[in-house]
Amino acid sequence: MSPADLLGTPPSVLAAGAHLLTEALQSQAVPVLDVDFRPSETSDDVSAALHTVLSDPRRPTADARALAAMMGVRALLVDVLPASEALGLQPGQFLHAGPPLQWERASGPMRGALIGAMLFEGLATCAAEAEAKLAAGEGVSFSPCHEHRTVGPMAGVVSPSMWMFRLVDANDPERVAHCSLNEGLGKVLRYGAYGPEVITRLRWMADILGPALASAVRGTIAGGREIDITAIVGQMVQMGDEGHNRNRAGTLMFLREILPALIDSGLPTADVAQVAAFVSRNDHFALNLVMPCGKLMGDAAAGIPGSAVVTAMCRNGTDFGIRVSGTGDAWFAAPANTPQGLFLAGFGPDDANPDIGDSAITETMGIGGMVMATAPAIVRLVGGAVPDALAVTRRMYEITLGENPAFAVPILEFRGAPTGIDVTRVLRTGIAPQINTGMAGRVAGTGQVGAGLVTPPMDCFEQAIIALAAAVPST
Amino acid sequence: MSSTETTATTSHERVEFRPGSYHDSVTLLRVAQAAASTAGVSAAQVAMATELNVELTRGLGFTVPEEVTPQQLIVAIRAVDDAALTAALEAVDGALAAASAPAPGARADLEPPRTVRSAARSEPDSTITLLSVPGQQVLAEGLDAIAAGKHLMIFSDNVPVADEVLLKRRAAEAGVLVMGPDCGTAIIAGVGLGFANVLGGSTSGPAVGIIAASGTGAQQLSCLLDAAGVRVSHVLGLGGRDLSEAVGGASALTALQLLEDDPGTDHIVLVSKPPHPATAQKVLAAAASLRTPVSTVLLGTGNPDITSAVEVLLATLGVPTPNWTEWGTDRKIAADTGDLRGLFAGGTLADEAMIVAAAALGSIRSNIPLRPADALPTEALQPGRPVLTGQGHVVVDLGDDAFTLGRPHPMIDPSVRLGLIADQTADPQVRVILLDVVLGHCAEPDPAAGLAPAIRAAVDRDSALDVVVSLCGTESDPQDLRRQAEALVAAGARVYTSNSAAARNAATIARGGVR
Repeated sequence: MSPADLLGTPPSVLAAGAHLLTEALQSQAVPVLDVDFRPSETSDDVSAALHTVLSDPRRPTADARALAAMMGVRALLVDVLPASEALGLQPGQFLHAGPPLQWERASGPMRGALIGAMLFEGLATCAAEAEAKLAAGEGVSFSPCHEHRTVGPMAGVVSPSMWMFRLVDANDPERVAHCSLNEGLGKVLRYGAYGPEVITRLRWMADILGPALASAVRGTIAGGREIDITAIVGQMVQMGDEGHNRNRAGTLMFLREILPALIDSGLPTADVAQVAAFVSRNDHFALNLVMPCGKLMGDAAAGIPGSAVVTAMCRNGTDFGIRVSGTGDAWFAAPANTPQGLFLAGFGPDDANPDIGDSAITETMGIGGMVMATAPAIVRLVGGAVPDALAVTRRMYEITLGENPAFAVPILEFRGAPTGIDVTRVLRTGIAPQINTGMAGRVAGTGQVGAGLVTPPMDCFEQAIIALAAAVPST
Repeated sequence: MSSTETTATTSHERVEFRPGSYHDSVTLLRVAQAAASTAGVSAAQVAMATELNVELTRGLGFTVPEEVTPQQLIVAIRAVDDAALTAALEAVDGALAAASAPAPGARADLEPPRTVRSAARSEPDSTITLLSVPGQQVLAEGLDAIAAGKHLMIFSDNVPVADEVLLKRRAAEAGVLVMGPDCGTAIIAGVGLGFANVLGGSTSGPAVGIIAASGTGAQQLSCLLDAAGVRVSHVLGLGGRDLSEAVGGASALTALQLLEDDPGTDHIVLVSKPPHPATAQKVLAAAASLRTPVSTVLLGTGNPDITSAVEVLLATLGVPTPNWTEWGTDRKIAADTGDLRGLFAGGTLADEAMIVAAAALGSIRSNIPLRPADALPTEALQPGRPVLTGQGHVVVDLGDDAFTLGRPHPMIDPSVRLGLIADQTADPQVRVILLDVVLGHCAEPDPAAGLAPAIRAAVDRDSALDVVVSLCGTESDPQDLRRQAEALVAAGARVYTSNSAAARNAATIARGGVR
């Protein structure tokens, strides 16, 4: 912005600090906007690091580059294929949500999902056997989805036989991101359930759903149509989905894209009907397309020296982890908070596991809880009223670098989604990113118990700023 | 501590530590005053638990645990009975609630901006950002302002010099002016920011623009010019460090160019303590290249005082010099000699008083000494309230960073100075108390009302004690210069509008009337 003519213009003031100064201006009939400044409540180490990062001459350019890279992604769905092919996963290799984790520290839902994946892959014949093998590390290994160009909702467990969406950035086809197919709600693997109905559904998804979607997607593309997920996200946000807890419009738009090719695929009509019914009845199906779109956006912004933009937020049910552009692949993790919200019949707060899943990539990309204002239909589900939702989104602009015009929020005059969470602003204001999330039962095998709101532990951002400060070259 | 905790509850005493309820120190001062003025309350403290405030609270006899953090709000009340204690706590809660009540017309779903950046987004046409946040946190908000193309006035003190250098470098790149840090005074297009006098002035004759690396220096200069009928177009503060070697006059150079380009300014005056030589050379070279004539008023030993400098300037402008107003100065001076105690809220006024008085009295000890040898010992400079007994002639600047860390400036909060006046009154070695009273926006609404009883108590002492007041203000100031002067004189003070005249008179009194 070009500076105002100081001496030739009647002053109009922004004031932060002592209100007495504001009153003196108001008594002179000068327009003043008071900033609700509050000193940051951080330790001296963190304050010193914040100071170093704020002083870093690279920061404005680096942040601008990171933001532009994040918003410049145009995610296209290009294929659906098994994880063994997509990621080269071998039998016994599993991916999981969140920052790195050892079995000993794994939560109930994470253990349940890994047990289910062992059963699904035929590596164990019962839960006890699966658990013993996992505990012993016998022929099994697991690592974070995020470290394999993948994101997974809730437990986020990926095994070689599961089918994956593959998305690429139209502007940089080297950039690829994957996500498994959404199983629906209730007793499902990603919430830690592993009963027979869970395994049966996974088999159907691997045998029928995955190949059918592959055929539909390939057919659509062969017919000359792109499946532009970024465009779908932009539209769903305008249609009342925030893209994390509500994906109803997105799911139907996706179905609209692929339905002609699905029908035309030559598959048995019974299979086509089953696939169409499964997708259209699962309001969360599109979440697994939104998430890899966010992963592409986060990865595009990663690794820019001097930038304090958050490129990933995720949880493994034990720890919350974040990654920041200027520190590349480093994880900053701290014990995850437990969501607050509403519970399914028969469950209560004591049943909820701490926060879990890579789905906070939706907030990282600027939607989900960040655009709560756009999704009045879910505001009550996550325990609030419509004005609260507006207030949450407005507050998120305090901690983000930019506004993404591709994801416009109609009720805020089509203001772009608050995008590019800035570690320095989170620490300056004490405002944590708002995350809308599902809640898994803390006991392995339970499944979903509710949905609600959660925030990252501030400790993640404090660790990040200290690492960012350490990476500032001394002048 | 995660919730309100109560300790040290005796029968009528209460100490609370409330987390997460930040208020600025000025607001809290008012809250504390609301509690203290409740009937039956003998001690009240409401303040953020900074190190200094914890010490002050302990000094009032309250027990404060070690683990208290600066993010907590201390509420400490002592009263004669439980009813008074309850009433005082209700007064605190009422005043806090009033302080955090939303502005009329605010929408519930529209929270106020939390950073300067978001404020600038919602008011894109704003021109100036005024910061009075804690010094360590100026950098973040200041960078926000500069990035948004806003000129910046930094009222805050205790800003690291490296931050000042960085902010001014970024400001130069962005083409904005940074006034400060520690800039208490500015007048832009007739609007006073911070401590600023209401200049009535004439509408004819030459208009002077003031660039000031000195807050009360600029106020004294502008008030004297105003009294002489000279128009002051703008006062641009620089903060005390702009002309240091490290900062290199970054803002002075910008300010010179702004006034050069301002069609409403005919003459520029730069008022400052003696700058670093290299910086002076750079700034004076820039000044010499302007079409607009530039005068400099350098404060320091051997240089003319502000009043003399104004008289030279008036001659340059072809404006006759008036008689600088004084009240109650015809009182006879007793022959007793003794120590001078200058208790100043204004740093430059303190400096000037020291220079003027030292010419008559020799060594004067101070927290801002003219020579290192004159520095007050550290044991005299206790946090909150210095102990000056036995230190000879003393002039203290109570607005110095060391005294203002974690509390309001003495031009807003008179409590420290009122206590010091009482201390000096009780000290038989003290012959004369010299005070500055600075009027204008942001200053106390009626300083004479608070000072009068203390002055009366001082001059009523058995042995001779005089009080001299340097009164810096204009006829148009909200406090009413004339009414303030009359109230101070009625209490027994001698009052001068020229600070150097006040200091000269005080020195004469200390010498038993010998000039």
